[in-house]
Amino acid sequence: MKEETCVILENVRLSENTYRMKLSQQEENFPRPGMFFALRLPSFFLRRPFSLWQHDESSFSFVYKVVGKGTEAMSHMSKGDALDVLLGLGNGYCLAKSGDYPLLIGGGSGVGVMYDLARYLLQEGKHPQIAVGFNRKEEVYAEKEFRSLNLPFRLFTVDGSAGEKGFPTLALSSSHSYLYACGPLSLLKAIAETDLTPGQFSLECHMGCGYGCCMGCTIKTKLGPRRVCKDGPVFEKENLLW
Amino acid sequence: MVNTKISLCGEVLDNPIIAAAGTFHYGYEMASLYDINLLGSFSCKGTTLQPRFGNPSPRIAEGKDGVIISIGLENPGIDAVIQKEFPRLKKVYHKKIFANCCGFSPEEFSEVAYRMDQEDIVGFLEINISCPNVKGASRFSSDPALAKEVTKRVKERCHKPVFVKLSPNVTDIVSIAKACEEGGADGISLINCIHAMRIDLKSRKPVLALKKGGLSGPAIFPIALRMVYDVAHAVSIPVIGIGGIETPEDVLEMMMAGASAVEVGAMNLVDPYIGKKLVLGLPEAMERYHISDLSSIIGVA
Repeated sequence: MKEETCVILENVRLSENTYRMKLSQQEENFPRPGMFFALRLPSFFLRRPFSLWQHDESSFSFVYKVVGKGTEAMSHMSKGDALDVLLGLGNGYCLAKSGDYPLLIGGGSGVGVMYDLARYLLQEGKHPQIAVGFNRKEEVYAEKEFRSLNLPFRLFTVDGSAGEKGFPTLALSSSHSYLYACGPLSLLKAIAETDLTPGQFSLECHMGCGYGCCMGCTIKTKLGPRRVCKDGPVFEKENLLW
Repeated sequence: MVNTKISLCGEVLDNPIIAAAGTFHYGYEMASLYDINLLGSFSCKGTTLQPRFGNPSPRIAEGKDGVIISIGLENPGIDAVIQKEFPRLKKVYHKKIFANCCGFSPEEFSEVAYRMDQEDIVGFLEINISCPNVKGASRFSSDPALAKEVTKRVKERCHKPVFVKLSPNVTDIVSIAKACEEGGADGISLINCIHAMRIDLKSRKPVLALKKGGLSGPAIFPIALRMVYDVAHAVSIPVIGIGGIETPEDVLEMMMAGASAVEVGAMNLVDPYIGKKLVLGLPEAMERYHISDLSSIIGVA
């Protein structure tokens, strides 16, 4: 974890209520895919945690949806504004267990993480397959980037306005060695109930601090209480309780 | 060169900055961010006899300049704290901590405190009669006779200085403080969180699963300051000021109100480096206000 003042390099509207923000960083702070960061917004007390989409040595970008006052305020921020950010939070995905043909499933805000993870797995010589889901066409992002990876890729929307109609759980019928998933709890639960393949799930939840101090985001697991922000956000699928 | 040292029940602390219970876990994880030995001390996560998961989620909400928390004393229980948490802490921390002791009966308070009292790393016992987020606990913080009873039970079995942590959710906090002093308390720490709630406009329901929680953060600083002032003028034992401290100037103000030391709580949850920043920023703030010896300003207001 590191605190840094990051400058907004880009804050663009992708659709009705979805935005992409790009921030500067002085060095790479995300050695593992699935790690996250937390912004401190002017006039708001608690930090806001977000997962990454893309990152390099001098910048990182993420997609956010306007869901409350904090994200509403973010949507009005401009290029050049500075934000206090805690970088490199959380444990991230472990690549070692993936097998040769892992299936990556992302839903909504969790889609971006899968792009990052897919690139790491490719570097390891693996053959990831990807399935992502959105509510509707207007919310779709990262499609071009995913397709440029030249991997088996399926896009789903709930209303069928882009890609296949339905949820990315439809991709579970194909053969895979391992599961990686990130998205709403309902999606993760549906995957866990449908597919017994071992895997790792990254959880979304409301957090207080984002670094393990407040115990605001503790969940019950088969191993006992765990903090999503510090012990996670990535958990072994088989240790989660539904 | 200014003197930031303060004396608390005969123990000298390098500075008055203490991280508050529930915002610093058991300390060792924060040691990867900065040398936590810089702090005057810290108060460990509120510990009960048995392990507790705490309250259902959501158990955290936001307020203007503050956070509303309803954790419900999640902790691994006294055995695990002594066997697992303290050994980890000792590897990175060589000072004494405040052991924040919680319970649901006078017996439980005294048992947890007794166990903590045996530990080398514990310098002070902080008896937390004031957690706003567990059922049944508020009676100890709102009834002077019960507050005195808990204090007495703990004092009978323990040797280390006993601070009783008070709740602001009472009609007359001074009467509770005096009762604790009569019960033998060596000091008072105050305040714990203020009862609060938020409602989500879309769902039309309370944000927190248990509806209400405790507000802390800069929003409560003036309230805490007033209560510290009242209590410090009514008792003759040292007082630790807690509530919304964010800057070195807040530390000075709290001490002028009568606090011998301060605890920093909610700010640990948004700025993990706040303890270090306060410790390093304090000498400069003292110079700005022509304070050479911090002890000299305690209760001057």
